[in-house]
Amino acid sequence: MSANRAIDLKKTAIDWLGITPFLLFAVMFLVAPTLYLVTGAFLNPAGEFTFENIGGLFTDKIVASYWISIKISLASSIGGALIGFWLAWAVVLGGLPSWIRSSLLTFSGVASNFAGVPLAFAFLATLGRTGLVTMILRDWFGINLYATGFNLLSFIGLTITYMYFQIPLMVLIITPALDGLKKEWREAAEILGATNRQYWTKVALPILFPSILGTTLLLFANAFGAIATAYSLTGSTFNIVPIQLYAQIRGDVLHNPNLGYALALGMIVITGISNLIYIWLRMRAERWQK
Amino acid sequence: MKTQKISAWIAVFFGASYFIIPLIATFEFSLRMRRGEYSFDAYRSVFSDVQFRESFSYSIVMAILTIVFGVLLVVPTAYWVRLRLPQMRPVVEFITLMPLVIPAIVIVFGYLRIYNSSSYIPFTGSARGTDLLLMFSFMTLSLPYMYRSVDTAMRTIDVGTLTEAAQSLGASWPTIMFKCIFPNVMSGVLSGAFITFAIVIGEFTMPSLLNRPAFGPYLQLIGANRAYEPPALAVIAFAITWGCMILLQLVSRFSKSAPAKP
Repeated sequence: MSANRAIDLKKTAIDWLGITPFLLFAVMFLVAPTLYLVTGAFLNPAGEFTFENIGGLFTDKIVASYWISIKISLASSIGGALIGFWLAWAVVLGGLPSWIRSSLLTFSGVASNFAGVPLAFAFLATLGRTGLVTMILRDWFGINLYATGFNLLSFIGLTITYMYFQIPLMVLIITPALDGLKKEWREAAEILGATNRQYWTKVALPILFPSILGTTLLLFANAFGAIATAYSLTGSTFNIVPIQLYAQIRGDVLHNPNLGYALALGMIVITGISNLIYIWLRMRAERWQK
Repeated sequence: MKTQKISAWIAVFFGASYFIIPLIATFEFSLRMRRGEYSFDAYRSVFSDVQFRESFSYSIVMAILTIVFGVLLVVPTAYWVRLRLPQMRPVVEFITLMPLVIPAIVIVFGYLRIYNSSSYIPFTGSARGTDLLLMFSFMTLSLPYMYRSVDTAMRTIDVGTLTEAAQSLGASWPTIMFKCIFPNVMSGVLSGAFITFAIVIGEFTMPSLLNRPAFGPYLQLIGANRAYEPPALAVIAFAITWGCMILLQLVSRFSKSAPAKP
């Protein structure tokens, strides 16, 4: 009896030994750094528990940077989701030749990974002051883009730039969901006398809704954490949260390390909540994809 | 039905313009270096820059190291979880998704705090140590993609039967791992490798905050100081991403047409 137990114990020990390297890696490079920042956000420089840092987030400058970050992430995720859905709908249900579908999906795979610094360069060459589109509008159509108040280094410019990777990401995630719409559902609706509009509002969209909303949240988190594009477009003049955190890490611009931890905690909370809702919605959506 | 098709064409036309115009504009801009005519001067200038070659080869070496160590960490873990610890699967999967939930800049902020030169594990105390830390941070970044592609490939093979067959023929654990499991999940490993490569080459935040001379910070530096080289670099970066994704597609198509036989 006890011999058996010893063997069992040994087996369990070996089982756990197998994933020890992974767990060690996870603790060292994911869990510990995150926990350090999260606990640091609730400590004062003397190491005592406090809510001061969280309160410190509610100063004009920091609230403004969270607000502009949220606005850009919302605009680019909703815009990206709408256009991406439209594109995915066009290639799945629009009756287009099949080569368009495969080229769109291949291209989306590339473009969703084409972010960061090079993306900023690409948009400067397109919509910057001497960019191709700016020049063409000026020389051919007589429209001076920058005189209309447009500026690439602004809310609208950054949103347009972010959508370059947001739209393809939406296409990649939502296309399988659209593929999952069964023909029988449409036929059943039509036999029962539903119009096209009724089919979409009463059948298709409610089924797709968790996927659409979930993916929008994923895009939101994606934009919220991004820094490289904005940083190389605008330098440190544009105060979105990641840029502010970057400046804080480099030179403690807030003059309080623990306030920096609180800034990071705020980011984790926002991206964390949107991702958790995304995962939950995805599990709901998968019920229909079986 | 007619309006539907028109709307679909408009969507595709709009999408194609949105995607392609910036690429054309970038290419056009990169040719403008010589006044009054198009030339490849910007590319010549980029390729002859010593810093370009150094940072680019640094990032390539980092990418290869990240892939090798990432694969050595992920494949045995995914295998072991499927074989022996299925109850741990949700936990492991959750951990692999964490880098998507926590922004990269936050993760590296944590590293700078707990692995600084006065801590117990002073990674950032020396250049080699920082390189090591940077490699681990790249492994963290690519973990979600690497794990998912390997795990998907492992789903198509019967891990238990393969292991028993190998064991009954007297194979040791390393033999099972490298002669049995690895070849069978090669398509997943390669997919993960290409996406890791694309991520590591362009990554800015982590090497920049760890002060290592990688390609991403170099791009940013050039962007802040030059006019015509940045678009040329963007074209090069796009070509690299494109190459990685084409290889990825080839691999997944290849593995689909020839499924692993358990």
